[in-house]
Amino acid sequence: MKQQERSLGLQPRDDGGALLDVKGLRTEFRSGGSSFAAVDGISFSLAPGETLGIVGESGCGKSVTSLSIMRLVPNPPGRVTAGEIRLEGRNLLDLPESEMRAVRGDDIAMIFQEPMTSLNPVQTVGEQIVEAVQLHRPLSAAEARARALEMLRLVKIPSPETRLDEYPHQLSGGMRQRVMIAMALACDPKLLIADEPTTALDVTIQAQILDLLRDLRERTGAAIMLITHDLGVVAELAHRVIVMYAGRIVEEAPVGLLFSDPQHPYTLGLLGSIPRLGSDGDERLTAIEGVVPNPYAPPPGCRFSPRCALADAQCRAEQPTLREIAPGHRSACWKAPLDIALAEAAA
Amino acid sequence: MSTEPLLSVTGLTKHFPVKRGIVFQSAVGTVRAVDGLTFDVAPGETLALVGESGCGKSTTGRLVLRLIEATQGTIRFAGRDVRTLSRGALRDLRRDMQIIFQDPYASLNPRLTVGETLAEPLKLHGIATGEALRRRIDELLGEVGLSAWHALRYPHEFSGGQRQRIGIARALASQPKLIVCDEPVSALDVSIQAQVINLLQDLKAKLGLSYIFIAHDLAVVRHISDRVAVMYLGKIVELAPKRSLFARPRHPYTQALLSAVPVPDPTAQRARIRLAGDVPSPLNPPKGCRFHTRCAHAQDRCRQEEPLLRPLQDGDGAKGQVVACHFAESIVPPALVPENDPPYARRLAALRKLSAVA
Repeated sequence: MKQQERSLGLQPRDDGGALLDVKGLRTEFRSGGSSFAAVDGISFSLAPGETLGIVGESGCGKSVTSLSIMRLVPNPPGRVTAGEIRLEGRNLLDLPESEMRAVRGDDIAMIFQEPMTSLNPVQTVGEQIVEAVQLHRPLSAAEARARALEMLRLVKIPSPETRLDEYPHQLSGGMRQRVMIAMALACDPKLLIADEPTTALDVTIQAQILDLLRDLRERTGAAIMLITHDLGVVAELAHRVIVMYAGRIVEEAPVGLLFSDPQHPYTLGLLGSIPRLGSDGDERLTAIEGVVPNPYAPPPGCRFSPRCALADAQCRAEQPTLREIAPGHRSACWKAPLDIALAEAAA
Repeated sequence: MSTEPLLSVTGLTKHFPVKRGIVFQSAVGTVRAVDGLTFDVAPGETLALVGESGCGKSTTGRLVLRLIEATQGTIRFAGRDVRTLSRGALRDLRRDMQIIFQDPYASLNPRLTVGETLAEPLKLHGIATGEALRRRIDELLGEVGLSAWHALRYPHEFSGGQRQRIGIARALASQPKLIVCDEPVSALDVSIQAQVINLLQDLKAKLGLSYIFIAHDLAVVRHISDRVAVMYLGKIVELAPKRSLFARPRHPYTQALLSAVPVPDPTAQRARIRLAGDVPSPLNPPKGCRFHTRCAHAQDRCRQEEPLLRPLQDGDGAKGQVVACHFAESIVPPALVPENDPPYARRLAALRKLSAVA
């Protein structure tokens, strides 16, 4: 039943009641005398309790998007130069740093790819969670410790009482990621940003963490922004997916539609690039030829056009905008819907 | 394909001593990184070694090339006993056995141009000099999809995928028979990964290479290999032709591994097997079957007696599927791999045709 709802994209998506609403976000990085936009005018929203997957390859701007939302883009060289990021109506870009601090951890929490480098190696697990809790809640030391223990139980760490007083190096990679998740959820955030949460983990441990995230979102009702390069992880967890390429959104769809009816040649290329467990494995992969464009000198028109088999003069000259091709399904391709374009091109 | 294996490994073992103390070191234990592996590789065959971190797959690759010395066991390559070769003979052997590493940046000398990097093995083995050397470098660059003018550039001027192509060209320079590919695509983005996988397959078909393909990604393995060996804590737990392994995995660990792979299809219906906990420490592996601490089917016998790699006592055994599990015949393999074509298959085929024309 849940599966069904998910694939049909029946999740509530009412922009009026959006938890997070990003409009025209542009984040630039300056290096030497020139600058480039790592994120170039993207807009999307996230409903309460929804899991939004953001996929793309290295350098597509997916991580910069999340850092922009957290206002953690290192400045210099980075700077948000346009757009707004509204969390329940409040534009985060207008907040003074002191208020933004209250937002981080309390309203929005984040987990990163490498749990070892994001945990403090000289503090016990317990101390770190307690610190995070007391920063946002007026709790006594004993209460905060009780909360930390409760969180470790929630993320299913075996013998949590002992683990509370251990240091990060005493834990395995999967366990450290559980601690990160416990810390992130300690203040009941409305939005959890998970940036490649399972990339550094072995596949059986990855499965455990994905199960945990799925279970926790049911229990806490937190919305999740899942940033990943792995379409398999997206298919397992997300309700809705955004595909990014060279700083722009190229496609957005409910998860079922993205995998059954991809409407951007880049998405299709990505899907064709993954070796599939279910295929016989003898056919060639449909590699996307070429490489991503130089961010300092992006091609005019569609940024994917130099690598696209369907590209024509219009694609190379004019930048396509995201347009709706089915309810909730948007593609930034002049050629969408693709079936017609492919048939015409073949003829 | 001849019946004589190109590479034949028996009882291969590597124990690393764990030492304590700075001046006076004493061994306080051993990490059993690789513990009694037996396998062979036929000419033109790709054998995949898969498993999670610490299972010993990379160590195995290095042992085969004698980049590190084995503790025990024999390695025979094209009739020669690799472990007893002299330094000179070993150098000759390395002409025939090469390696491609995971991180193409760390494995290229940043101070050498690509041309110089490729010239090194050619000069070392006395394969080519002068004009012939230059021609061979051009040819190698062409073979991996780069251009002749790339020879004058340095590694930092290339993208990750291109660097991996350079690593492949370097491995090909001495015209080897066997290449150990150690996670060659793990560091690459998916679209680039596909380019490199296609390249490795083309080269294999064209040059009749054998690969030992070390990877943790089962989907990549399914794509590229002929046979697959699944490793857990230094041992092979299952070894089978690709088709049998993916259609009917018989070791509980193989089943769990396959079940854990996220499938890019939100509608896929498949069995879920979840392993509890982490891989035990190779310093002190569990007695009996090393997997029994995480195995849902474990019984008393598994905790006492170590299972040996043996042919299955049913049809799969006849096809060359061997497994190290006491109860493999009685465990029913669940449906783990969705078999249907993806719904976008037709669209993808059309796009592929179009790309081929262009």
